[in-house]
Amino acid sequence: MSSASKEKLKMAVYWGAACGGCCVSVLDVHEKLFDVVAAADLVFWPIALDTKYADVEAMADKSIDITLYNGAVRNSENEHLAHLLRQKSKVLVAYGACAQLGGIPGLANFTTKEDLFRRVYEETESTVNPDKVRPQPEVKVDEGTLEIPVFYNDVRALDQVVDVDYYIPGCPPQSERLLEVFGLIVSGAELPPRGSVIGAQAKPLCDECERKKTDEKLVKRFYRPWEIQDDGETCFIEQGILCMGPATRAGCGHRCLNANSPCRGCYGPTPDMPDPGAKMMSAIATSIDANDPADIEKIIENIADVAGTFYRFSLPKSIIRRKLT
Amino acid sequence: MSFEPKIIAFLCNWCSYTGADLAGTSRMKYAHNIRIIRVMCSGRVDPTFVLKSFREGADGVLICGCHPGDCHYHEGNYRCLRRYHLLQKYIEQMGMEKQRLKLAWISASEGKQFAQLVDEMTETVRSLGPCNVRTTMETFG
Repeated sequence: MSSASKEKLKMAVYWGAACGGCCVSVLDVHEKLFDVVAAADLVFWPIALDTKYADVEAMADKSIDITLYNGAVRNSENEHLAHLLRQKSKVLVAYGACAQLGGIPGLANFTTKEDLFRRVYEETESTVNPDKVRPQPEVKVDEGTLEIPVFYNDVRALDQVVDVDYYIPGCPPQSERLLEVFGLIVSGAELPPRGSVIGAQAKPLCDECERKKTDEKLVKRFYRPWEIQDDGETCFIEQGILCMGPATRAGCGHRCLNANSPCRGCYGPTPDMPDPGAKMMSAIATSIDANDPADIEKIIENIADVAGTFYRFSLPKSIIRRKLT
Repeated sequence: MSFEPKIIAFLCNWCSYTGADLAGTSRMKYAHNIRIIRVMCSGRVDPTFVLKSFREGADGVLICGCHPGDCHYHEGNYRCLRRYHLLQKYIEQMGMEKQRLKLAWISASEGKQFAQLVDEMTETVRSLGPCNVRTTMETFG
């Protein structure tokens, strides 16, 4: 046991601005988790273990073999831990859509810190705050100074803060992919080049989709999923339902499609796309079945929230990564 | 110093670039604010090109193609038109002025119209002022 434990990998999992789903996806390997802990010691994992930040700070540099950082970087705490874990880890993985692309928290880049704070601390229907008190990063009390993290204006993906070795996409990443990647690391196999997206494929999801497709993708009207009865077998786009398949990596196991739900794009863009939303806009616009400007406008009217739909998981990593102010 | 807008123009090879060429060979004068990029078809203009132009510091983007029905590839200009309308909605949502992106049809014989178009677009963008996409993207707050 003692000699075996020396050989064990050291692994850390951290959440930044995240919902917790990525950490749960690690647990979703079910009984395989025993294989994971047989091969690796989890030295830091806030959702499951009580390791303190000070314990991580006390670790030697590069002493953690692999760190899965999930969640975006939203505040000074997330940023501090990103730098700290980079320093302590041999391999830092951006785990999940938020760490890779900014993810759902990244949609906050459509607004500003000021607008958010005003809404939350002054304007919501349930707020009673006549003095307009807002959270202060530092508050002096009799016992000393209390600190909370500083909230940033911009939501950032992990690689906009520190160097990242690998990306595992998904919201959350499919647990099977995590096991494959983990198995690869444990086996000591040669890892792909630094900066690679692992646990996903290079081809778009459409290539794997089993729904019936024709070359004539022409749409007279776009529908939101609840507005139309999906026939269960025809390409979503051909039925007028927005599906991010053409611009999204395969590798997710198409669980959404299997559940008759269109792709929302959580696996991010395929390697040749510098801007996932632009590619998707290009594909969707091509399928508009009209040549007259007024008719085109009428069809586009049914696409609610263009930017939010096409950049749902990728706003902070897109070419125009936030709303202009 | 007064503001001189930078405008990136994507011109299709078959009609609009030839139209711009006609303006040149006819020695027509028009605003020097335009930087022309020749593409085979307006349908080749990927929305990424437009966004990248703004990101790299363009104050305006102009796309020109053959008149409807005249596309060398039958329907490339229609595809461009559809993308243009969707892009307009997107850039407006991102807080940009719609007038910074313009689509116009210029045939090979419309050198004069091209010169006028460039002058008009330059004045429109000049009145809007500099586009702040690049400066906003370069700093994190």
